[in-house]
Amino acid sequence: MLQVWVIVLASFLYLGVLFGIAWYADHRADHGRSLIANPVVYALSLGVYCTTWTFYGSVGRAAANGIGFLPIYLGPTLLFALAGFILYRMIRVAKANRITSIADFVASRYGKSQLLGGLVTVIAVVGVIPYIALQLKAVSNSFTILSSYPEIVMPASAGAVPLFQDSALYVAMILAAFTILFGTRHLDATERHEGMVAAIAVESIVKLVAFLAVGTFVVWGLHGGVADVFARAAEVPEVARRLTRADTSAAYGSWGTLIFLSLFASLLLPRQFQIAVVENVDVKHLDRAVWLFPLYLFLINLFVLPVALAGLLHFPAGTVDADTFVLTLPMAHQQEGLALFVFIGGLSAATGMVIVETIALSTMVCNDLVMPLLLRMRWLGLAEKADLSGLLLEIRRWAIAIILGLGYLYFRVAGEAYALVSIGLISFAAVAQFAPVVIGGLFWKGGTRDGALAGLAIGFVLWAYTLLLPSFAKSGWLPEGFIAHGLFGIELLRPQHLLGLAGLDEITHCLVWSLLANVGAYIGVSLLRVPNAREARQASLFIGGTDLSGHLAWSGSAGVADLLPLASRFLGRERAEDAFMRHARSRGLHSVEELPGDARLVNFAENLLAGAIGSASARAMVSSVVSEEPLGLDEVMNILDEASQVRAYSRELEQKSLELTRATAELRQANERLRELDRMKDDFISTVTHELRTPLTSIRAFSEMLQEDPKTDLEQRSKFLGIIVSETVRLSRLINQILDLAKLESGRAEWTVAAVDVGEVIREAADSLTVLFAEKSVTLDLGGCATGLSVMADRDRLMQVMVNLLSNALKFVPAESGLVKVAARGTISEVRVSVTDNGPGIHVADHEVIFDKFRQGSGNTDVLTDKPQGTGLGLPISRQIVEYFNGRLWVESTPGNGACFIFTLPRHSGDNGPAPLQAGNDNQPGGAQ
Amino acid sequence: MIRTRLVAQRLAFLFLLGCFFFNYPLLSIFNQGGSLFGMPSLYAWLMGSWLALIGLLALVIEGMRD
Repeated sequence: MLQVWVIVLASFLYLGVLFGIAWYADHRADHGRSLIANPVVYALSLGVYCTTWTFYGSVGRAAANGIGFLPIYLGPTLLFALAGFILYRMIRVAKANRITSIADFVASRYGKSQLLGGLVTVIAVVGVIPYIALQLKAVSNSFTILSSYPEIVMPASAGAVPLFQDSALYVAMILAAFTILFGTRHLDATERHEGMVAAIAVESIVKLVAFLAVGTFVVWGLHGGVADVFARAAEVPEVARRLTRADTSAAYGSWGTLIFLSLFASLLLPRQFQIAVVENVDVKHLDRAVWLFPLYLFLINLFVLPVALAGLLHFPAGTVDADTFVLTLPMAHQQEGLALFVFIGGLSAATGMVIVETIALSTMVCNDLVMPLLLRMRWLGLAEKADLSGLLLEIRRWAIAIILGLGYLYFRVAGEAYALVSIGLISFAAVAQFAPVVIGGLFWKGGTRDGALAGLAIGFVLWAYTLLLPSFAKSGWLPEGFIAHGLFGIELLRPQHLLGLAGLDEITHCLVWSLLANVGAYIGVSLLRVPNAREARQASLFIGGTDLSGHLAWSGSAGVADLLPLASRFLGRERAEDAFMRHARSRGLHSVEELPGDARLVNFAENLLAGAIGSASARAMVSSVVSEEPLGLDEVMNILDEASQVRAYSRELEQKSLELTRATAELRQANERLRELDRMKDDFISTVTHELRTPLTSIRAFSEMLQEDPKTDLEQRSKFLGIIVSETVRLSRLINQILDLAKLESGRAEWTVAAVDVGEVIREAADSLTVLFAEKSVTLDLGGCATGLSVMADRDRLMQVMVNLLSNALKFVPAESGLVKVAARGTISEVRVSVTDNGPGIHVADHEVIFDKFRQGSGNTDVLTDKPQGTGLGLPISRQIVEYFNGRLWVESTPGNGACFIFTLPRHSGDNGPAPLQAGNDNQPGGAQ
Repeated sequence: MIRTRLVAQRLAFLFLLGCFFFNYPLLSIFNQGGSLFGMPSLYAWLMGSWLALIGLLALVIEGMRD
């Protein structure tokens, strides 16, 4: 069953399924329904940490020295216990600054230095190449072994196979094609790959299940359980020595070193950074991953030692490479299906690693190495090109192909000299060089670009000298004497015993020297000067977690006209315009053109570009169109160091000024009102004076006439006296009403509030006016008055309103044919009383005027000339009274059709029985304030 | 959330506990041979304490929700 074509077909089917999953996840993401937005998928995708190193190599390591495979997984467990202090902050910072890779992270932290980003990229690429070679070796070996089934044949040394017969070459090519299809289909501004993450999560499940299946088969299928495996191993002395470790301080030292190393590797490997930080959808997912990811590591390691021991017991020593036990044990027992499943599991482990690692590396190579260089070459004219997004993708594709090519080259050159785990550890030691600048960058504000450059450079050189070059030497590509006698034969320079240091394994030896020099140079060089303005700003962004982006990043300005074309070149026109539009909307603007060319816009554009080409390049590009005024160091330091106090203080200030603004507005309003009142008072006094003078003048005139001419006849005399009396009555009525109004307005009126029957009041008012109505022969119709309507009011005041309205109506209806109808109705909440007449009506323009003091409708003659028919105070007083009881008084009328005065009052719920209301002098609504 | 200082500090305490579990001198105590629950004592200790640590991490994380 396990012919070559079956294996190949199964592999391609599997890759096809992965591709389908990735496509589907991308599709969902485009529609806003992310498949990967949950903590379990996040934790599973972190499982990309487990490569073929884990899948095949751990067993090999365990077969060589027992439990020694385990520190590589204890380290990440410990890292996630520190999540709150390290990962959480890194994710926050990365999201806030659109960090797209570890190189971007370091470059951004130390002042967006292109040089630093480039150096980190070089270290990452060179450092990770052995790790990629490891995957190629594992996949090609497992393929070769599986395809020679039922024989179990170890593959020949890679160097001995002609190039085009080497399966590893084809594996590398297929993986390159697959990764290019996967990761570089389009350019994303955030450099996130939802589809890839979904596929990686699935791969994590596949490799875990495959390994657990082998473990179960070996422990329970071939033996009687875990205890049985260990018991049998204990019986064979050669195998039993794997059950304990050498009890020396060097052994414990290297054990601790490996824990420490893997702790950093699980954070700093480009692919781990990509998955854990860049691809993180929501920082909350980190919570559950804190224990889920270690649990995943625990499960995948559960059967490593039993399988290793079983392999050692089963195969004669030296016949089968322990790195292949996972595959060869099922094969030796004719478990074809299981063997194929294991192969697919291994393929999962390898493809997952290669895809994420090369995508992460290609992003770094493109953004932090190639683009900055290309943009510097002015003669290429790239800076003027309209659309560079295609170029960006092209660079990334080539980067992926070249990285895999280099991986293959390393495999051909040095792959045979080491077991899988040893190759991987070389890479771990390389990325550990990032630890000082990354961890230091998160906690120490004093680090500078120069310090970071120095630390990284010396660490990298020492790593290459003590670990990478010896790996070439061991494969015969460098003279053997290099290891044994040192460079130029100088014993002190022996790469694995530098300065004569002995007693350490090569990894620990490398880390001791490289990290010591790295940390020393980083701190020492950083301390040579204070951080400059840009470094200080970035430091406070990374450490304080404060978001100062709209304030200090750019002091210069540039308009949309410069920035939009710039962004379009790297993102494509549509994406760029989309993003700018969203930004405009977030600022409450309707179109992109309205955006002001301020620092905020520049920052937005820089952040947007950072997503596509990395923060250092983005800064360089944006600075080409921005005319920036340099920031003074003191200025920045002052603001940054006290950023929090300043913010708190400014918030306080803002609040105070807000309160002040509000108070000012209130004062202004009050002032307006006062002026209005003052004007009204003046008007009132002048009108009142006028009103009082009219009757007084006529009284005085008639009195003088009587006084001067004693011979006036009786008829004339009594006529004059009649006028004088009526004018006096009018005068006193006027004065009474003015006093009344003054009392109402000042709130000094006295109210006796009780439940009042409206019907009764209407009848009483009508009764008091019967004579007047009869005199003018006007009909008063009270037919529309319902009974039992009760309101809370002052009875006498209500009476006053009623009398006012009735006498008002009486004044305007024609004699003989006059008709005044009074109606009272009640709803649940109010009582409505209307007084309708058939007089001349009131023009709409006068509907409100008649309620002003001393104003009467134009239907009436001017108060100052002709005989006035009223004081002009009745309606204003009535309205004051009605409003005091929370009612309304208004008129509905059209000229020629009579007028209808209506008032409403809130109905008293208990219609029977008085319920005195607390109403005093001080709560009158219309009163002066 | 890990946001709260207390949770972050509890986790950091577990980090220290893990460092203690997985290193000398505790390791040396279990490295004397012999077996625990049918497994070599070193293996049993490491896997057992690892699982316990994961359990404690889960307890701290899931416990913080209320």
